[in-house]
Amino acid sequence: MTDNHLKIATQNLLMPADLDESILSKVIHSMMGHDIDYADVYLQSSRHESWVMEDSLVKEGQYNIEQGVGVRAVSGEKTGFAYSDEIILPALTSAADAARAIARQGQAGSMRSWDKRTVPALYTEDDPLSVLSADQKIQLLRAVDDEARKQDPAVKQVIASIAGVHEVVLVAANDGTLCADVRPLVRMNVSVIAERDGRREQGSAGGGGRLMYDFFLEEERALGYAREAVRQALVNLDAKDAPAGAMPVVLGPGWPGVLLHEAVGHGLEGDFNRKGSSVFSGRIGEQVASKHCTVIDDGSIAERRGSLSIDDEGTPTQKNILIENGILKNYMQDKQNARLMNLPATGNGRRESYAHIPMPRMTNTYLANGDYDPQEIIKSVDKGLYAVNFGGGQVDITSGKFVFSASEAYMIEKGKITYPVKGATLIGNGPESMNLVSMVGNDMSLDTGVGVCGKEGQSVPVGVGQPTLLVDRLTVGGTSE
Amino acid sequence: MNQVIEKARSGGAAQLNTDELKNIVDGMLEEAKSKGASSAEAGLSIETGLSVTVRLGEVETVEHNRDRSFGLTVYFGKRKGSASTTDFSQQAVTNTVQAACDIARYTEEDEYAGLADKDHLAMSYPDLDLNHLWDLGTDDAINIARQCEDSALTADKRINNSEGGYVTTHQDYRIYANSLGFSGDYFSTRHSTGCTVIASESERMERDYWYSISRCPEQLDAPEHIGKMAAKRVLQRLGAKHTRTQRVPVVFQAEVARGLLGHLVRAVSGGAQYRRSSFLLDKLGETIFPERIRIDERPHIKQAIGSAPFDSEGVVNTEHDIVTDGVLRSYVLDSYAARRLGTQTTGNAGGVHNLFIQHDDKDLASLLKEMGTGILVTEVMGQGVNIVTGDYSRGGTGFWIENGEIQYPIEEFTLAGNLTDMYKNLALVGNDVDTRSSLCTGSWLINEMMIASS
Repeated sequence: MTDNHLKIATQNLLMPADLDESILSKVIHSMMGHDIDYADVYLQSSRHESWVMEDSLVKEGQYNIEQGVGVRAVSGEKTGFAYSDEIILPALTSAADAARAIARQGQAGSMRSWDKRTVPALYTEDDPLSVLSADQKIQLLRAVDDEARKQDPAVKQVIASIAGVHEVVLVAANDGTLCADVRPLVRMNVSVIAERDGRREQGSAGGGGRLMYDFFLEEERALGYAREAVRQALVNLDAKDAPAGAMPVVLGPGWPGVLLHEAVGHGLEGDFNRKGSSVFSGRIGEQVASKHCTVIDDGSIAERRGSLSIDDEGTPTQKNILIENGILKNYMQDKQNARLMNLPATGNGRRESYAHIPMPRMTNTYLANGDYDPQEIIKSVDKGLYAVNFGGGQVDITSGKFVFSASEAYMIEKGKITYPVKGATLIGNGPESMNLVSMVGNDMSLDTGVGVCGKEGQSVPVGVGQPTLLVDRLTVGGTSE
Repeated sequence: MNQVIEKARSGGAAQLNTDELKNIVDGMLEEAKSKGASSAEAGLSIETGLSVTVRLGEVETVEHNRDRSFGLTVYFGKRKGSASTTDFSQQAVTNTVQAACDIARYTEEDEYAGLADKDHLAMSYPDLDLNHLWDLGTDDAINIARQCEDSALTADKRINNSEGGYVTTHQDYRIYANSLGFSGDYFSTRHSTGCTVIASESERMERDYWYSISRCPEQLDAPEHIGKMAAKRVLQRLGAKHTRTQRVPVVFQAEVARGLLGHLVRAVSGGAQYRRSSFLLDKLGETIFPERIRIDERPHIKQAIGSAPFDSEGVVNTEHDIVTDGVLRSYVLDSYAARRLGTQTTGNAGGVHNLFIQHDDKDLASLLKEMGTGILVTEVMGQGVNIVTGDYSRGGTGFWIENGEIQYPIEEFTLAGNLTDMYKNLALVGNDVDTRSSLCTGSWLINEMMIASS
């Protein structure tokens, strides 16, 4: 419950600096000139650790402590922002002075009394870093390294890493928001190089979430990542050149949902739509995808990597239906863009840290289940590509062009999966490609918890997901004619 | 419309008490020693700055930056631990040293671990004239950003929207010190202006950008020029067509060719070599480019954006060749990678500083003439570059070229090949050298690549 979070945040962030709620209230009040619509203060402290095993040795360990405060004043479309890595009153006051300079000075505006809402927590507030001892973390990495190496003699290199973050944030705003969140985040990754007959290929796998490290011990998950990374590398050792040209493409479930993230997700972020710079701008109520497509962004799924109990502006996250049966329903909003577009905030206001300005961002973005058995979908294709793993993607939201790069793919010939092909980039246009989604499977899954999304230089953890689906025509960037 | 808001605090770092900061670093190294570390190294950086963006003539954001970080690596014999913090208080410094030492109790002996060899350290280093503060008030910054954007918006009525113009100015102060007695510090500045605009035609939108970056504010391009370049680029994109799947020669415009030079650096870096994860594995002494090609590093060019007086482990960095006569002559190494590969560091801890590929005496237009029929690529998208295998497959935007002339813009195609072949098929390098980053190159003409489109 946030009651407890607020207590933890007060102890961690305010008390050491002799700050309290009434001082925050005064600082925010001091920013409220007549042109200022909104002002907030964001305090954060985080501890991060990582351990890396390479050459079967734990060679590197890192520990980082970061803390600071970001102060923002918003006047219409204008934002003044300043931050400090010292959480002390003089720094807070000077940041507030700098931020409020965005607007002309005037009479003091209003500051609402605190509204301390209780929001259910979607994850534990425990500290993941202390759940396992250093020895246990190292044992885990060693077990993963052994598991990968014993899969196949072709495995020549294994790099295994484990990382954890424990973060406390407190948001206070003139609209009465006063809330806190305690956020754990863990991540494991295994990458391998396999070598056979002079050919080398890589494979990688991993996972995590807003969880404790023991997640990796349950159901042999960590060992599973090792096996999966090796499997991918071995598949790629046998891969032939990928085809070049437009063809039907079947995308597997889970992480290939990066399609949704790039083809529609970024284009539905509120800031781009307010500015009219997205290919989806002004198209609410229109058909922007085939009727098989229902696209959802949901930051409220328990313990997922992309989830948040409250976003970085204190808005509780929720399940937002972006596209329903192909019809565009909603954009993702932070407070500023919601206010400017006269729409409700959707719990998508996120920032990389106290040193960054919040903006509308995705959380966990996925395509809802359809009716088809995945096998039926593959069977329906005479000649095409079946892509099950991807690196990442990129989109130009203005033209709608997007790419995503397959790292494990196979040819489909006469309804059967025949042989693996090398990685290749797929390119399409968001609305066009989404209208070409002709079959959607019933095997929806979210990715294992590895996604990082970059926008305007800010990185945040996200999730993606989808069932198996068929796009009738996508351009595949291989080398063979 | 905007009143003077306030004087930017970009000059703040000039008032830093550098002696005090050096004392913090020295104190940290001392403390590591007292905790039993056999050696240690520490780095500190403070960056201050101002960023403003203006959109459609109105101020959008004014951002005051001040970032500090402080990191330490300790060695207990051949065991290593690292920690960092943004908190410079005595207590935080002590905790950070303790955290690094705690980690080193658990890491394992790595026979190659350790500081750079003392003989390689830059006990004296040059002043590269990298520090040129921009005495710029917020209001001045806003005006410059506005001029950039305005010059693009007024260029053509099809340019009817914008992602804005910007100005940023930053000063960075860095210290690196280690327990072998090396202590180096320097200030540097970096200023940039640019804009991104949107043009529409037949209900289709395209966007493009242009920017200028420099250590010295007076060397930045005029805002009007930046706006005109952005306008020219975005207008050229309108009315783009698809092309067909085919093998054709390709010219990578300089900004995009930079990426191809970047892939080379990754492939010949020490980490990729000792991890056997490079398509140029063990290629030292072998021909990887046509015979004319020379690639060299010049880390000490005065005022250059990629320059640094010493590398990030305090090692002397000097001019040296990576490729001559098309033959790979040197990897890109730090001390650790060098020890693993049984050789000497090349002064590249932290990366390369001003890499140049020798160009031919031909401009971009001549390259297109030379190509005749093919594709000019002006933008690439996606991460489809596999350094282990050299497989290259990325999305592209550009122009269809016939008889050496631009015919029409093309979009939504992929470019694919293998970097090994692409390097060998590098026919010409243009003299339109882009020096806005550490990787300096003109445009590249590559004899053949696979293009896919629908």
